Amino acid sequence: MEEEVLASKSVIKIALIGNPNAGKSSFFNRLTGLNQHVGNFPGVTVDRKKGSFKIDENLKADLIDLPGTYSLYPNSTDERIVLNILSNPKDKHYPDLIVYIADATNLERHLLLLSQVIDLDIPVVLALNMIDISRKENQEIDIQELSKQLQIPVIETNARNGEGVPALKESIKQLYKKEQLKKNNSFFHLNGKTDIINDLKAKFKVDSDYQALLILHHFHKLPYLSEAEKAIVKETIDKHAFLSIKNQVDEIMGRFDKITPLVNKVVTIEKDKDEETLTEKIDNVLTHKFFGTLIFVGILLFIFQAIFAWASYPMDLIDAGFAAVSDFVSTNLPDNAFTSLINDGLIAGLGGILIFIPQITILFLLIALLEEVGYMSRAVFLSDSLMRRFGLNGRSIVSLISGVACAVPAIMATRNISNWKERMITIMVTPFMSCSARIPVFTVLITFAVPEVYYFGFINLQGLVMMGLYILGTLTALVSAWVLKKILKSNERSYFIMELPSYKAPQARNVLITVYEKVKAFVVEAGKIILIISIVLWFMASYGPGDQIEKATNEILTENQDKQISEEELSDLVSARQIEYSYAGYLGKAIEPVIKPLGFDWKMGIALITSFAAREVFVGTMATIYSVGSKGDDESSIIERMRNEIRKDTGKPVYDTATSFSLLIFYLFAMQCMSTLAIVKRETNSWKWPAIQLVFMTGLAYVSSLLVYNLLS
Amino acid sequence: MKTAAILKKGEKGIIEKFLDEALSAKFLEMGCLPGYDVKLIRKAPFGCPIYLKVGKNFLALREEEARNVVLK
Repeated sequence: MEEEVLASKSVIKIALIGNPNAGKSSFFNRLTGLNQHVGNFPGVTVDRKKGSFKIDENLKADLIDLPGTYSLYPNSTDERIVLNILSNPKDKHYPDLIVYIADATNLERHLLLLSQVIDLDIPVVLALNMIDISRKENQEIDIQELSKQLQIPVIETNARNGEGVPALKESIKQLYKKEQLKKNNSFFHLNGKTDIINDLKAKFKVDSDYQALLILHHFHKLPYLSEAEKAIVKETIDKHAFLSIKNQVDEIMGRFDKITPLVNKVVTIEKDKDEETLTEKIDNVLTHKFFGTLIFVGILLFIFQAIFAWASYPMDLIDAGFAAVSDFVSTNLPDNAFTSLINDGLIAGLGGILIFIPQITILFLLIALLEEVGYMSRAVFLSDSLMRRFGLNGRSIVSLISGVACAVPAIMATRNISNWKERMITIMVTPFMSCSARIPVFTVLITFAVPEVYYFGFINLQGLVMMGLYILGTLTALVSAWVLKKILKSNERSYFIMELPSYKAPQARNVLITVYEKVKAFVVEAGKIILIISIVLWFMASYGPGDQIEKATNEILTENQDKQISEEELSDLVSARQIEYSYAGYLGKAIEPVIKPLGFDWKMGIALITSFAAREVFVGTMATIYSVGSKGDDESSIIERMRNEIRKDTGKPVYDTATSFSLLIFYLFAMQCMSTLAIVKRETNSWKWPAIQLVFMTGLAYVSSLLVYNLLS
Repeated sequence: MKTAAILKKGEKGIIEKFLDEALSAKFLEMGCLPGYDVKLIRKAPFGCPIYLKVGKNFLALREEEARNVVLK
């Protein structure tokens, strides 16, 4: 009966499992191409890459790429995902079949996790990946013997050129059609654990002895167990005096006692000549105390150069494109509320998102390249001792660097920091790194804060101030981390054992797919928020309570009746007066008393409020408030308009040095990003952390701006 | 007692055992087994973490962890 059901089923759920750096991602991209999407596992922001491919005309495979892990004893959030799924046959991602990717050049270590997977009774195909390198090292593997010993199909593969992929598909088909879900022969005998396992099996429905053992080890962190079930497991453990760590070590040692002779039997290798490998030679330079550090700093500078200098050309193009579209709409559509919504709401909002694509693409591209070749773990190695002084982990450097593009993926990158405290600190301080959303705000404000002066003919003062803001943001992140290190309490041990993978040439396919997925996610996620905010803001700026706006408009028309001003100037005056009496105007005026000590007026107040959704909304808001929306949203016209803004009481420019610096500092420190708060909530599983972040960062911004304003004015 | 923490650059040893039980599980699953050759490739700026070659694997670990790797 069961056989019939399976035979008629045409979709098979396959999971890719393997150690980190075994080539899983290359394999996933090779099998699915662009036929994939990245989502999240419920409750955690671990990337869940799913895709599909055809095995033959009648059989389709749904492929899920699970995070790389060394064993089913997880140390970090993403490793835990693998355990949570594989130890729970009711999980919706529980696979029908596993393709296990192993590095053929390092078989002994890679067989550990495989042996655990075999014992879970899930059908497995073993892909011996990187077979080309294995051959180059004059290593011979007796595939038949390995397959016979493990009693699973074994295929030699090279994910980089696709070798072995057809054979792998054929093997999946055979395994699926002929053998159905035939039980594996267990690899490791759980000697001495039979009593406790049988005891648990009497109370629990489990599919295999090893699954029972995993529940005994990990029950307190398994999300699918109810409190009542956990109590039962706890009782069983106490009854048998089960010692988790000791059993874990015994199990791993026991497995290697079988694996080592097996590997010695099937692998013949010319005696190790102990010569330096290429990776060691490269690392003589790249991890050198002096030159390595110098190169690392050089790479960081190169990234900044790329983001600021090179991204500006495509950004100018996008900006001009949107101005043209906006022009086209306003000349070709009737002048009514709908056109205004399209132009000032939708197009302005979309332009605000799409303008970041070049910078984000370049940044993600460079980071993906560094990851792909294996450099990122060297950066972690070089910076760990510095990071530790501030309560961070070497791995935090990846988040801090990515934070320069966007805090959202940067916070997601903290998931491989296994120590809770170090991970929390990294999450809390990453938003201080100046993300790309701050760039347009800085660009506009710096022109008011400092004059365009050159020193020695080429050092631009405005550029220096921009760099200073980045440095100040980084220093604030480090100092805050140090403060949090003193405050946060944790009994968990911090440890740091990291594999340094061999260097390899980057594969265009892997890099491009990663960049495409990340940019797409950014545009869609940030885009939704910015679009909504733009539309709400447009409404609030266009309408006001009662007939206030109408009255104000009539007033200004009467005032200027006899004056000699152009129609354009008059319409600007009208719009400016209209916004003052709109809902947005009232809102800005309501918070004016709070922000006045910082040198801000009610118009900036509106921008501050809208910027709490996302910082980049600042420029668009300014465009709406200063009614230059009709002339396009380009920065130069907004800057021009803001420069001419005069204080009514003193007759001096509104955007003087003190106010501009005060605003710059506010935007540098304040937590103004709903997406970041949402990701922090999801990542820490509580509202406490994002709340602390919001209060702390914004409080710091307020106090600092207050100081700056009073010092400068 | 000789541990991986006292190795000098280029110096080698053979793993005898691990001191801390929780850490030893981590070492084992990353492919550091008793009997394997260990070579200190280099130290990071400020002397920590250290860069080891264990068997065929390259690992970075901090000094505290290295003190748990007892050598013959």
